[in-house]
Amino acid sequence: MAEFEPKIVAFLCNWCAYAGADLAGVSRLQYPPNLRPVRVMCSGRVDPVFVLEALENGADGVFVSG
Amino acid sequence: MNIIANSEIETLEGEQGNFRVSVAHKPRFIDPLTCTGCGNCASHCPVAAVDTYNKGLQYRKATYIDYPQAIPLSFAIDQEACIGCGLCEKMCLAGAVKYEDQPSTTEIRVGSVILCPGSEEYNPGDLDHLSYGIHSNVVTSAEFERILSASGPYFGNLTRPYDRQEPKKIAWLQCVGSRDINRSKNSYCSSVCCMYAIKEAMIAKEHAHSDMDCAIFNMDIRTFGKDFEKYYNRAKDQEGVRFIKSRVHSVVPIQDSGDLALQYFDESGELREEIFDLVVLSVGLQIQPSTIDLAHKLGLELNASNFARTGTFSPVETSRPGIFVSGVFQGPKDIPESVTEASAAACAAGAPLSGARHTETRSVDLPEEQDISNEDLRIGVFVCNCGINIAGGVDTKAVTAYASELPGVAFAGINLFTCSEDSQNNMKAIIKEKRLNRVVVASCSPKTHEPIFMDTLEACGLNKYLFEMANIRNQNSWVHGGAFDAATQKAKELVRMAVSRSATLSPLHEKQIPVNKRSVVVGGGLAGMTAALGLAEQGFECVLLEKEAALGGLARRLHAAIDGTDVQAGLKDLILRVENHPKIQVLTQSLVVNFSGFKGNFTTEVLVGPGMYERKIEHGAIILATGAQEYRPEEYLYGRDERVCTQLELTDRLEQSGARDLKNVVMIQCVGSRNEDNPNCSRICCQSAVKNALHIKEQNPEATVSILYRDIRMYGLLEDYYTLARQKGVLFFRYTPEDPPRVEATAEALKVSFDDPVLGRRLQADSDLLVLSAGMRAQDTEELASVLKAPRNEEGYFLEAHVKLRPVEMSTEGMYVCGTAHSPKLIGEAVAQAKAAASRAISLLSQPYLTLSAVTASVDSDKCAACLICVRSCPHGIPRINDQGVSEIDEAMCHGCGICASECPAKAIKLNWYEDEQLMCKIDALLEEAV
Repeated sequence: MAEFEPKIVAFLCNWCAYAGADLAGVSRLQYPPNLRPVRVMCSGRVDPVFVLEALENGADGVFVSG
Repeated sequence: MNIIANSEIETLEGEQGNFRVSVAHKPRFIDPLTCTGCGNCASHCPVAAVDTYNKGLQYRKATYIDYPQAIPLSFAIDQEACIGCGLCEKMCLAGAVKYEDQPSTTEIRVGSVILCPGSEEYNPGDLDHLSYGIHSNVVTSAEFERILSASGPYFGNLTRPYDRQEPKKIAWLQCVGSRDINRSKNSYCSSVCCMYAIKEAMIAKEHAHSDMDCAIFNMDIRTFGKDFEKYYNRAKDQEGVRFIKSRVHSVVPIQDSGDLALQYFDESGELREEIFDLVVLSVGLQIQPSTIDLAHKLGLELNASNFARTGTFSPVETSRPGIFVSGVFQGPKDIPESVTEASAAACAAGAPLSGARHTETRSVDLPEEQDISNEDLRIGVFVCNCGINIAGGVDTKAVTAYASELPGVAFAGINLFTCSEDSQNNMKAIIKEKRLNRVVVASCSPKTHEPIFMDTLEACGLNKYLFEMANIRNQNSWVHGGAFDAATQKAKELVRMAVSRSATLSPLHEKQIPVNKRSVVVGGGLAGMTAALGLAEQGFECVLLEKEAALGGLARRLHAAIDGTDVQAGLKDLILRVENHPKIQVLTQSLVVNFSGFKGNFTTEVLVGPGMYERKIEHGAIILATGAQEYRPEEYLYGRDERVCTQLELTDRLEQSGARDLKNVVMIQCVGSRNEDNPNCSRICCQSAVKNALHIKEQNPEATVSILYRDIRMYGLLEDYYTLARQKGVLFFRYTPEDPPRVEATAEALKVSFDDPVLGRRLQADSDLLVLSAGMRAQDTEELASVLKAPRNEEGYFLEAHVKLRPVEMSTEGMYVCGTAHSPKLIGEAVAQAKAAASRAISLLSQPYLTLSAVTASVDSDKCAACLICVRSCPHGIPRINDQGVSEIDEAMCHGCGICASECPAKAIKLNWYEDEQLMCKIDALLEEAV
């Protein structure tokens, strides 16, 4: 059986966390490829329903950053 | 805006309004227009060169980019280091490398010139007693900035260069290359070093993994900026940063340990030695030789310290009309002041050119937008290789093939560089040919490239909001090196998510609103009048509101500036120009009672004159310049003994009756400042005291003047007056807030007693005049703030939108602040800030109309239950319950964060472009195979 690879949905605020994730790229900081970013205009735009939707559909983790 | 990098002014001929500038372009050997900033050249370059951006603490390649945020984001070849191997030319897929690049010259014609050449840090290499350049653990503050930086040589890990260990004990040595006429010849104070040393100490403590001992060796701590004193207090009282009053006489490396012994005399005169792991030299700012050459070439007058000569009432005007200055070339200053002054220079430079406004504007003709409402989905996916930036870490062909199979996709293609001009043209042809009605680009970040691709859509007649990006570079190929398959899989999923979202998008239209060209300026003091003139001289109407019966404000009580400028003459001239300007309407004895609207379209209601008649003013911008007043002391017998006065009262006295009758004058600093009641420094009082002391000495050299101070804050070029005062025999004694001077009134004299730390004795001075340097206090801001809903700090000064980068803008767009309503400041600083406020207002008012973002929230009134949750949750206070009893969100004011949309329990609010379905579909598309 293949090793468990979690799938993590990340809600990133356009103004801080998303820009930070971009800068991590520019700086070539390396991290595991398990994150799937979704850009939002504010972490406050993340409706709890989005988190539940992700978990219900099989996401192994949800990351809200802003 | 046309940015011409890597170039210098060769010659400048002509006069204000009509200059011919000959610009010399240095070769950079990589064409910035073709270079995509991918970095492939640098990664193959075999040559190591000193990384000057990181202060020589590491190496870079001969093919390099100065730093990751450089503009233009284009590489260059360091000609001195390059060996000409040709590798970068071979590796550059964009074909940007041009070895044959030559220096060239172009001529441009301009009406005004603004110089902001900045400064260099003082090089402490000559100061052998500090061991800089002898031991690697003695670094400059600029080097220490790079050590602390996440993009620096040690990735933000607090490390000392000698053995790459984390230091546990760091010393900062202030005034290296500042306030020093002995070794460095820089007599002035650099203004910024105290604050940056405290900041570096605080960040070092934050980065440290264990207890960190930080000591700052200083003569005076000069935290005179807005709210800076609170930061200093926090460092001292809460974080335990040590502040030691001493100038260190030698730094001696201790053999083989990497540590350094500091020898210094403490205040009692005793020699002490302390060992530190790392020593940071707080180096000052100085003007580069190349700037001095440029100034000579342009025929500009410089002062003795090589800063551009400017005037109290004309802080950004150089000696040559039409040439303006901002930033450190004008005088040492920090970020907020540089930003402020830059806007001020733009205002001053714009005034003589306002007739030519919009003559150079070019506009793009766009085709009419096509109606796609009845069309089936035809999604186009453009996958970018970005040279090998993406293709090197992701199988882009596989991603493209995968995309072409996704539902709704009518086209999937691959580009070498999607953002290049030829790819853009190709993309436009494909959009038309394949009749695409949604576009997805899988490439870099929407933060940088979304606007470019949106323009491409518009140029094809497609609504620009029918667009979505998948970030497969910054957030994929660049960060998962060595995980090719996993990164490819991630790219496919990101594209799947983007395609799914694109299918949910519908056209959005950006609303245009008119801009009322009139402004209101509240406050008719120096700042308010300067701001009004700044607006009027560029052709914008202005209503100037003053609560008193006459213009002038606090400046009416000033006589001379420290440099001898006649304040009353300057003020009279200003009042005359304001009162006679056809574009300015002055309303004295007026009071703001109501305020509504949004940027470009405000309404202010004012009660005017003794009759309090009501006026309603429609306007597009508002500038707050309500000023400040001198604190009325309760300390030191003020008001109870007529021999006690404030600095302002002393100024009047000196003007009226001179100083011939004065024998012993004692001044006490920081009265009503830097205490519990008002923790801030009032910034101007040290110079008021020195100015008045010099004035007394001039009129009566026999008089004894003693100034009792805590830190003498004669920042910037004011330091020279402090030196002059000591030369003239003014006496300075330091006291501590724990042991303030004591004043006793007798019939003969006021007896002032205090401890002198240098002599270690208690002294007593019998004075016939005791002058209190009473601080400044904000005035009239409370009521106005509540009418305007404008935020203030704890001391009642208006709070700007961003303390560093938006120093004259308030958080309400279209509202600006200047002068002492913002914080205490000197005349020149108030004038600069007033011009800056006018400049920022003009950038709004000069637009024919405002284009609002389409990404705003809107309420479905049928679903709204008026529960007030949106009203309470909006961080900007925009939603309100309207006449119909439902929530209404003004799209002109909405910031588009979408918090209300998430919070609304009835789901009555949607955020355009980020509707629930448009986000949910991404989650569903990502996870469709997961369960």
